[in-house]
Amino acid sequence: MTTIDTTDTNDMPPQDPNAVSITINGRTVEARKGDLIIAAAESVDEYIPRFCYHPRMSSVGMCRQCMVEVEGPRGPMMVVSCMTPVADGQIVRTDTPQVKRAQEGMIELLLANHPLDCPVCDKGGECPLQDQAFSHGAGESRFVEEKRHYEKPIPISDLVFLDRERCILCDRCTRFADEVAGDPLISFTQRGNNTQVMTFPDEPFASYFSGNTVQICPVGALTASPYRFKARPWDLEQRESTCTTCSVGCRTVVQSSRDELLRYQGVDSDPVNWGWLCDKGRFNFQSTNSDDRLSSPQIKSGDSFASSSWSDALESVARVIRHSREGSVAILGGARGTNEDAFMWGALADAAGITMRDAQLDDGLPASVFSYSQATIDSACAGGTVILLAPDIKEELPVLYLRLRDAVQKKRIRLIEISSHETGLTKYAWKSIRTESGTAAAAIPALLAQADIAVQLASGPVVVVAGRPNLAESASHTMDALSAVIAVAPSATVLPVLRRGNVRGALSLGLAPRNGNDAAAILEASAKGNVDCLILLGADPLSDVADIDLARRGIAGAKFVVAIDTFLTASASHADVVLPAAAYGEKDGTTMNLEGRVTSVVQKITPHGTSRADWMIAVELMTLLGHESNFTTLSDIQHAMSVAVPGFGSTTTAVAIKRDGVVVSVTPPSSASASTSVAAPRNSYEFRLDLSRKLFDRAIGTITSPSLANLATEANVFIHPLDLDRVGAAEGTNVRVSNSHSSIVLPVRASSSIPRGTAWVPFNQLGADVRELVRRNESITDVRIESM
Amino acid sequence: MTGGTWQHAPDFYAGDRPQVVTSRFQYEDSYTLERYLATDGYKGLRSALARPANEIHDEVRSATVLGRGGAGFPAGNKWGLMPQGVWPRYLVVNGDESEPGTYKDRLLMERDPHQLIEGCLIASYAAGLSQCFLYIRGEMALAQERIATALNEAYAAGYIGKNILGSKFSLDIVLHWGAGAYVVGEETALIESLEGNRGMPRLKPPYFPAANGLYGQPTIVNNVETLANLPWLLNNGAAAYTAIGTATSPGTRMVAVSGHVNRPGVFEIINGITTFRDLLYGDEFCQGIRNGNDLKAFVPGGGSAPWFTPDQLDLPFEASQVGPAGSMLGSGAIMVMDSTTDIPRAALTLTRFYAHESCGKCTPCREGGTWLERILSRVVDGKGTDADLDQIFEVGESICPGAFPHASNEKLGIAAVPFPYRMNTICFVGPSAYAPVHSALTLFRSEFDARIVKRTMIKVTAVSE
Repeated sequence: MTTIDTTDTNDMPPQDPNAVSITINGRTVEARKGDLIIAAAESVDEYIPRFCYHPRMSSVGMCRQCMVEVEGPRGPMMVVSCMTPVADGQIVRTDTPQVKRAQEGMIELLLANHPLDCPVCDKGGECPLQDQAFSHGAGESRFVEEKRHYEKPIPISDLVFLDRERCILCDRCTRFADEVAGDPLISFTQRGNNTQVMTFPDEPFASYFSGNTVQICPVGALTASPYRFKARPWDLEQRESTCTTCSVGCRTVVQSSRDELLRYQGVDSDPVNWGWLCDKGRFNFQSTNSDDRLSSPQIKSGDSFASSSWSDALESVARVIRHSREGSVAILGGARGTNEDAFMWGALADAAGITMRDAQLDDGLPASVFSYSQATIDSACAGGTVILLAPDIKEELPVLYLRLRDAVQKKRIRLIEISSHETGLTKYAWKSIRTESGTAAAAIPALLAQADIAVQLASGPVVVVAGRPNLAESASHTMDALSAVIAVAPSATVLPVLRRGNVRGALSLGLAPRNGNDAAAILEASAKGNVDCLILLGADPLSDVADIDLARRGIAGAKFVVAIDTFLTASASHADVVLPAAAYGEKDGTTMNLEGRVTSVVQKITPHGTSRADWMIAVELMTLLGHESNFTTLSDIQHAMSVAVPGFGSTTTAVAIKRDGVVVSVTPPSSASASTSVAAPRNSYEFRLDLSRKLFDRAIGTITSPSLANLATEANVFIHPLDLDRVGAAEGTNVRVSNSHSSIVLPVRASSSIPRGTAWVPFNQLGADVRELVRRNESITDVRIESM
Repeated sequence: MTGGTWQHAPDFYAGDRPQVVTSRFQYEDSYTLERYLATDGYKGLRSALARPANEIHDEVRSATVLGRGGAGFPAGNKWGLMPQGVWPRYLVVNGDESEPGTYKDRLLMERDPHQLIEGCLIASYAAGLSQCFLYIRGEMALAQERIATALNEAYAAGYIGKNILGSKFSLDIVLHWGAGAYVVGEETALIESLEGNRGMPRLKPPYFPAANGLYGQPTIVNNVETLANLPWLLNNGAAAYTAIGTATSPGTRMVAVSGHVNRPGVFEIINGITTFRDLLYGDEFCQGIRNGNDLKAFVPGGGSAPWFTPDQLDLPFEASQVGPAGSMLGSGAIMVMDSTTDIPRAALTLTRFYAHESCGKCTPCREGGTWLERILSRVVDGKGTDADLDQIFEVGESICPGAFPHASNEKLGIAAVPFPYRMNTICFVGPSAYAPVHSALTLFRSEFDARIVKRTMIKVTAVSE
């Protein structure tokens, strides 16, 4: 007999006022007020079939598949479990003959006009309609009429095809487009039995998030061109990983068949991506499979490259490093690799006395941005005010855009945007304030002192989302603007939005600049002949450094250039030795997102050719350079990392971390940032140049993915419609854009989202390169625009 | 196009009965402000404005003005469902009369628009509503024009707008034309359409838009006829109103009779007292079945109501008696079928209408309605089988689980299944597609049996080699 503990009830934890206890099929289930029956049931593995219900979107109760019985005052009532919240004492039955009949009936109705072309449907094998027809259907249809016919499939965007015959009109894709993505470009048309999902006339479903509709489609109605007819689901093998296309760090599954990457699908990580991916992150797996990948080490002989063995190539690199003058070896890049890659290259640099290193390419912010108290995506979206001192989040960090947009839509936060032109978040901003490039810092004290803004800032937590809004403007302007905001709101936290996949990891784990020797300083030193060996670690300065003149002089001035990359990029083609690197999906490890969240990345396929992970190359070079290195496996490195980097916990190994990862607190060494720059007032005849990224550009991972390559636009210069009149040019005609450094010709476009006096040029698009006009030592770039 | 003859106007027959809403129909110029003012027009409003709003609300409540749109919910109670202190709150007038067989609201709008406008003003004053939207069915061109003209007249005369009749009460009335969809007669679909969205019903709960309606604000949706009762009620008082009809169904109601009667048309009958027999055979009503034929069946409350047969002729217009008998009074449309009627084809006509008018939002209605129509049209074409008739009930079970309401029938020896039905759909369109075919098949099975293909087994003998 057990003794009953008669502890005073006051010692019991206080009862959750939102706790609700319901009974499902005789089992007591603890839920919370506001939970839906369908979710409460799922939490105890009572699966209720559904099609339209999606936990990350509002319920619409349209498919009527999830009907269950709830005991009511007048006996059992059939209710739609995706629309009915739990209530204390509720008695739910999902297994009565009535429920079974209703669910079977609904499956039969849904299948009535469904073509049942499962053998040729990509969804077959992972199809909720197919699965639930087996698990909750009667097994046989009594529908003998002729089915609906539509032309199939029709392209509704460059990436997505729609088969209206398969569609069961669950409203998931249309709801996603409207509710989650904010691109309501697909909608129901017609009515009754002819209802169909359709785009608007002459307006394709051009959303950065269109791939999600394919993933959440419960039938094969929506298919994405990169995966169509590529594999059957049962042939796919998958591992859960993290997307490193940008620094949001969305969780994905990487799926392959026959050692070829075939598809990424979003995984629902509550603190990060909620299951969503952007189209770039979803479809750029094609670049890993590209035939243009480097497959063996290349050594330059004369004007061309010759394939070589790894030992010859590495030995020649080691020889150059050995014979380099002291302090004349430089490492640029590392932000595209894993934490382990960055740590090993940092360790190599430390061992070999390499002080010149920078994971960024003068296109981010100084590491001092990490010394402010840091926010997370969740904390930014939780409540209060979010101040954007950032590039266009929708273009650079699309899934962060979804999270911020959601928080605004749900009225949790208010956005204050301070930017030089309108962005994707402008229409969701509570206040969107235009400041010309170079003037934000000076304007901020007065802006934030406005009565309503001051009240808003004082009303709750403040998060500053800080990134590099304009590549033709010095980073110091953003840092000054950031400190101006912090001066007004000292308790504000900062969410740094540096773009590259693992830039935070690389900076935190050994590739942050030392003594102010950042990428610009390294390239400048190289241009002066002070770099004997320039190592490009997945970096392509000729494509990414805003001051292209500096990049050219830096590459040309280096005595020996080593490029470690997946492709023969513009910069790699100038290298003396090129080492093929394993790409995403070809190596295991961990990565760190913009919050400092460490998650795993996994190897799913064999590396292309003889390519190797960056960390292996570092280990080999260490050995060749005569430094002791006992690293043979990834876990050796992870162990060393947890010892060497304070704050990088021992739980952050690829094995230990779970889906949502671990947020670590590692502050990269921040060197003295460049002196505060004051922008000279703009000559009123000239335009201030605004150079920022769009999601799809000429980046190597995009142009080597066939389905994305066409999505980049041609280079244009955008100015205000009134400025277009002033310039005297017609829309779409060529204008001369010039300053004292150079002159280029670009087509001009009018856009009212650009304020007067500003000229916006998207970065790295096809056509003339506006970077010719940018000089690093000028903190802003002014240009003249003339009609031709 | 004002004045002149009515455009396709259905006939109205006054008879010797109290006229609550049709008193002006006798005048050729009944739709003008002049005539309206000459016949006690806007007197009810004037007396209402002189009294506190809650008193008017109480008066309407005590008169038990039943909603005339179909559900029969008392208007005074409906107004009381709105949360206190939430502004703005709206009145939406449901003039999207599109239930098959129903054309009473159309007459009220075409022939006495000021009476409706006065009703809107009284309701808005009594229930404390900020703005009124008049939603009129797209096809009713004359009604739209008459209402628009009347609104202009009333604005000019100071009956609508700021500080009406010198009081502190102000109201704007906005006229909105529908685009031709049956489902928009459903109040939440009407609100969606008014907001500029696709006319699709909203999910229930909330069951009433009173708390969360147009633009998310408290909203009262009332039928045209319901509001048209208010001027008379104010002029004559609740006691006079409840003196007509029965305690549970006071007042009069407009019914529209179509089909095989000698005199189809609109009649203002006495609630709870007039029976279907009075209506169909009475001299001041329809004057019997055409050509002296026998009555075969009739639809008592709009196309979506289960059918009655002569067995139910003595039921009065009283919801508490019609419901248990297996149907509803609905929108006040009676469709009469005489002995010459091809029952399966009649059922097909109605079912086809509802299948076509489905908005496509929920599965049972979208797929089930069309499926029913397809089976039925095969049966009507003489290509159906026994299995098809069973399948109709199976599809119906997926739309409306459990026993579906139908009338009793002495000859067949079946008892009534009372109204209402249970449904798997969001709104009533899906069940409405099933109701006609269910009634037809339950009450007239033999007519279907006569149509279907009889398949006889052919004996196959094995041939040995």
